[in-house]
Amino acid sequence: MALLMKGNEAIAEAAIQAGCRLFYGYPITPSTEIPEYMAKKMKAVGGTYLQAESEIAAIYMVYGAGAVGERVMTGTSSPGFSLMQEGLSFLFAAEIPCVIVDVMRGGPGLGGLGPTQADYFQLTKGGGHGDYHAIVLAPFSVQEMVDLTKEAFDLADYYRNLVIIAADGILGQMMEPVEFPPVAGRKLEPKTWAASGAEGRPKNNVLSYYLTPELGEAENLRWGEKMSRIKETEQRFVEYEMEDADYAFVAFGTSSRITETAVDMLREEGIKVGLYRPVTLWPFPEKGLTARLNQIKGWMSIELSAGQMVDDVKLVVNGKAPVGFYGRQGGMTPEPEEVAAAFKAQLLGGE
Amino acid sequence: MSSALTKYKFAGFGGQGVLFIGKVMAQAGMLSKQQVTWFPAYGPEMRGGTAHCSVVISTKRIGSPTVGKPDIAIVMNEASYHKFIDSVVPGGTLYVNSSMVPELPGREDIRIVRVSVNEIAHEMGEEKVANIVMLGVMQAITPTVADDVLEKALMELAGKKPELAALNARAFKAGQEYAKNLC
Repeated sequence: MALLMKGNEAIAEAAIQAGCRLFYGYPITPSTEIPEYMAKKMKAVGGTYLQAESEIAAIYMVYGAGAVGERVMTGTSSPGFSLMQEGLSFLFAAEIPCVIVDVMRGGPGLGGLGPTQADYFQLTKGGGHGDYHAIVLAPFSVQEMVDLTKEAFDLADYYRNLVIIAADGILGQMMEPVEFPPVAGRKLEPKTWAASGAEGRPKNNVLSYYLTPELGEAENLRWGEKMSRIKETEQRFVEYEMEDADYAFVAFGTSSRITETAVDMLREEGIKVGLYRPVTLWPFPEKGLTARLNQIKGWMSIELSAGQMVDDVKLVVNGKAPVGFYGRQGGMTPEPEEVAAAFKAQLLGGE
Repeated sequence: MSSALTKYKFAGFGGQGVLFIGKVMAQAGMLSKQQVTWFPAYGPEMRGGTAHCSVVISTKRIGSPTVGKPDIAIVMNEASYHKFIDSVVPGGTLYVNSSMVPELPGREDIRIVRVSVNEIAHEMGEEKVANIVMLGVMQAITPTVADDVLEKALMELAGKKPELAALNARAFKAGQEYAKNLC
């Protein structure tokens, strides 16, 4: 039976169902329902919820829990996510699986509480120091928040990598009907690398530093291979009305919901337009977009930012067609009519 | 039943229960096997100004969960009246809590239903259920789900304590009865 749940609560419940038993976080709107739900539910399932003294402390608690092989999560919002960046870099280097939720809010600075997608660069291009990427999943509905959260824990364990769920103030606060179907999940190897007590075996170290340059480069190359493997196998996207489309929007998360309505509006006017929705922000789903390059006469990225993902779209389109952009910022969302009008102005020459 | 997609705005100040009646509506939509979204407005608006939520109920998949132009809006205080009166679609309905909103310039192209729900609730002995009275008024005039489904949704969300269940059921009925006399 479907339940009416907020996105943040749905993520928390899905995490518990995925076997997450440790949550460390520092509450921040609009992600607060995640720690709130964990605080209520963790004890009953034998887990621990702990409110850290800061986001910096929270991410290093995640480090510790992940290093001993536990399924662990934290949830935050943009300013808190910024504070975690050093930790993310260290977690990547130590190859500690973990799941981080960023329910984006306004920025730069303290920002407002409304929805934005302005952390896109920070989420997909690194954020912390060094060459690394997190796998970044961008749900567009409360149901997808459930499905992708469960998947996130498997991906984290499978690749021993950071997995970030990128939501925003609308997805986090919105209620929609959700179901929690049982998931078979991936076949995962035992965590023989974990620092989980060395009785009867040699000790494991879960470290992030190698002071010999030769060793450092070897590690960088190995991580690079892992990034290539993820890029090759984990690109995900969903297409809407793309089969016969002449033009295409690219949008994820909340902006993809608004854009979907704009597609319906434009189609009612007889304009053949579709929506290409990245589900993985990193790896950016180049393959599906590339497959449409000969078909689409113009692309347009719709974002709740000043225009960040549009750079990745341009890299793939590579000058073969015009790439437009429309966005709102600071917690404002465009109406579908605005998106349709911007599309006409930029790609149809103001028809 | 009305059209396939209905957009609602429920507005008032924090404490008037506008987010709650939005939840009841969304729950009722879900119980009647429709697609629903419920989205609250948070922020500084919660303190003293207007609080509001957007609800979409649709027989088809819902794209945008935001409601810029509601088909149906409830405004429980004067600030919300000013904020939302111009947004209602032509032909739409605006329910106004006349206990808190004085006679103000309206619009010719929408239906405006003024009801003193605070007084009605006060007469029942509990002013807090003014929101539920307004829900009853709305259900009587512009229903998008069946009466018994909305009542069931109300009981699922507000009926955990028997005394509250009875009070909410009475408030809902009072709103429906009052609206019938308006028609």
